[in-house]
Amino acid sequence: MKVLLKITLVLAVMLSFAHVEAAETLNGAGATFPYPVYSAWAFDYNKVTGMRLNYQSIGSGGGIRQITERTVDFGASDAPLASEKLQKDKLLQFPAVIGGVVPVVNIPGVKAGVMKLDSDAVCKIYLGEIKKWSDPRIKSLNPKLNLPDTEITVVHRSDGSGTTAIFTNYLSGVCPAWKTKVGAGTSVNWPAGIGGKGNEGVASYTKRQASSIGYVEFAYAEQNKLAYALLKNPAGNFVEPSFKTFEDAAATANFDPKKDFNLWLVNAPGKNSWPIAGATFILLAQEKTGSNKKVTAFYDWAFKNGDRKAKELVYVPLPASLKDKVRAYWKANGLQ
Amino acid sequence: MARTAKKNPVDAIFSVVTAAASFTVIIFIAAILYELVHESSPAIARFGIWKFLSSTDWNPVTESFGALTNIYGTVLTTFLSLLMAIPVAIGIAVFVTEISPSFLKGPIGVAIELLAAIPSIIYGMWGLFTLSPIMSKYIEPFLKKIFSGLPVVGILFHGTPMGIDILTASIILSIMIIPFTASISRDSFNLTPAVVKESAYALGATKWEVVKNVVIPYSKVGVFGGIVLSLGRALGETMAVAFVLGNNHRITTSLFDAAATITVTLANEFAEADNDVYLSSLFYLALVLFVMSFITLAVAKFFLLRAERKYSR
Repeated sequence: MKVLLKITLVLAVMLSFAHVEAAETLNGAGATFPYPVYSAWAFDYNKVTGMRLNYQSIGSGGGIRQITERTVDFGASDAPLASEKLQKDKLLQFPAVIGGVVPVVNIPGVKAGVMKLDSDAVCKIYLGEIKKWSDPRIKSLNPKLNLPDTEITVVHRSDGSGTTAIFTNYLSGVCPAWKTKVGAGTSVNWPAGIGGKGNEGVASYTKRQASSIGYVEFAYAEQNKLAYALLKNPAGNFVEPSFKTFEDAAATANFDPKKDFNLWLVNAPGKNSWPIAGATFILLAQEKTGSNKKVTAFYDWAFKNGDRKAKELVYVPLPASLKDKVRAYWKANGLQ
Repeated sequence: MARTAKKNPVDAIFSVVTAAASFTVIIFIAAILYELVHESSPAIARFGIWKFLSSTDWNPVTESFGALTNIYGTVLTTFLSLLMAIPVAIGIAVFVTEISPSFLKGPIGVAIELLAAIPSIIYGMWGLFTLSPIMSKYIEPFLKKIFSGLPVVGILFHGTPMGIDILTASIILSIMIIPFTASISRDSFNLTPAVVKESAYALGATKWEVVKNVVIPYSKVGVFGGIVLSLGRALGETMAVAFVLGNNHRITTSLFDAAATITVTLANEFAEADNDVYLSSLFYLALVLFVMSFITLAVAKFFLLRAERKYSR
């Protein structure tokens, strides 16, 4: 009985602490992609302000549902919601950080940043119409490369993912055949290829299977030194994936606060823009003014002090112009 | 027996507590069933039952969903894994009970139990990083070379071996279910009365004849029970196959093709299912698996009961 009493006492003490702390905790849920950077920011923010941020990376779909049901203080989604949907559920939305998607290839003798591809080639490879690396369309883009006459193994994600949503939105934007045959979404009906689970699955198959192509998050390609390809952007330049080209895309894209920033950051018009990128978004409930102000205070702090940390983790911070737009949006909606 | 439970308050409390514990199981099952039906009702209303079960469509973009590809993958991988696991498992059980010297029995028994204790995600990672490369480099090209020329069997072995396919997934599944079948078969073999076995030996039967004509017929029911348990595990196994099956919603004939099972689809797509019909269809899939498992267990129970009755006569 004494043991039982002790346990009860300890639990009671712990619970009372939890209660005190609950007043200082912000609860968020959603996309898995930004989880590392949000938790790194939250760690630093906690040291400065004592505010705790509890972020559950349950996936964008779950994040949208939880904020719609008002069980969290903020939701996070890799896919932007349209203004009509936001109005219907009384939500607000702003971008927090940017990530990109990078095509990676495994062709014997072809190093990182050598292969050049344009949207037409990527689309036809993923449609299964270009079957070999020696296809004239790829050869004409890479006249100096010695491309093998081998069949291309197309690798895509097998799980639903924001990365796939960004990639398929890119393809739908540049390739009418893709738009009508396949479409865009977190998971689609792939006309060709094999599926790997997660970035690690796609990277593992691409590395293992000679003569293959896959797509992964920028951070993943960077950290694992995968052989990325250069892409031709809408301005007509071949660009390589880097902080600079992602920032250029975010700065030149038309993020409109009036449309609640509803935009896929693909095919941005800038001269040096990387064409396949995406912002990840924060969703707030309109009526929760108290907690909303705390959430925006956190992101305001992160916008000011978090860029270095984000880059360390290979996330692209919002460019200054976009940060200003977001702050104006907060003000206009009474969030700050 | 005159002191009945009613008179003793401790016994009464004990009965109530155990009864409550048992009823929670029924309540849980009912609650899960209710939740599955409730969450999948939009999809049921939209696709109906027969159309959902018979459609091979699985397209989140056009919001058109059908379960057939998933059911096909589930049934096929389960069947193949049982096909591979049962002979090995029964072999293990026979060896441990009848043939092996007694100093080997302990280590083998422990190894089997350890195999059963490995979490399925470990099998999944092992499958992705170790087994799948071996399959695509050595085993599958070898199988293809032997079988692809043959008339009917050849259909099963065409295509490029990638190591992310039905065959690899079935092998991992079979490794996972071997311990269940093996340890239950071993236990039932051990139940064969020594007198009966010794009589057979006394009549001049060889070891093979004793196993074939005495031990296995005597313990059929137990072995069957072990197989059903593993069948249940194979039907519902998720993480071990999620990494090596590719989640490909198509009906394929080749064992070298990627496929999707119900649980693999759920694990892969649940988190990012972003519209209501999609989510509801995933719940509908789960409901289909629930019913499938229920039917399998019911059929197995039926046969077990019949067999038991036959024996008790």
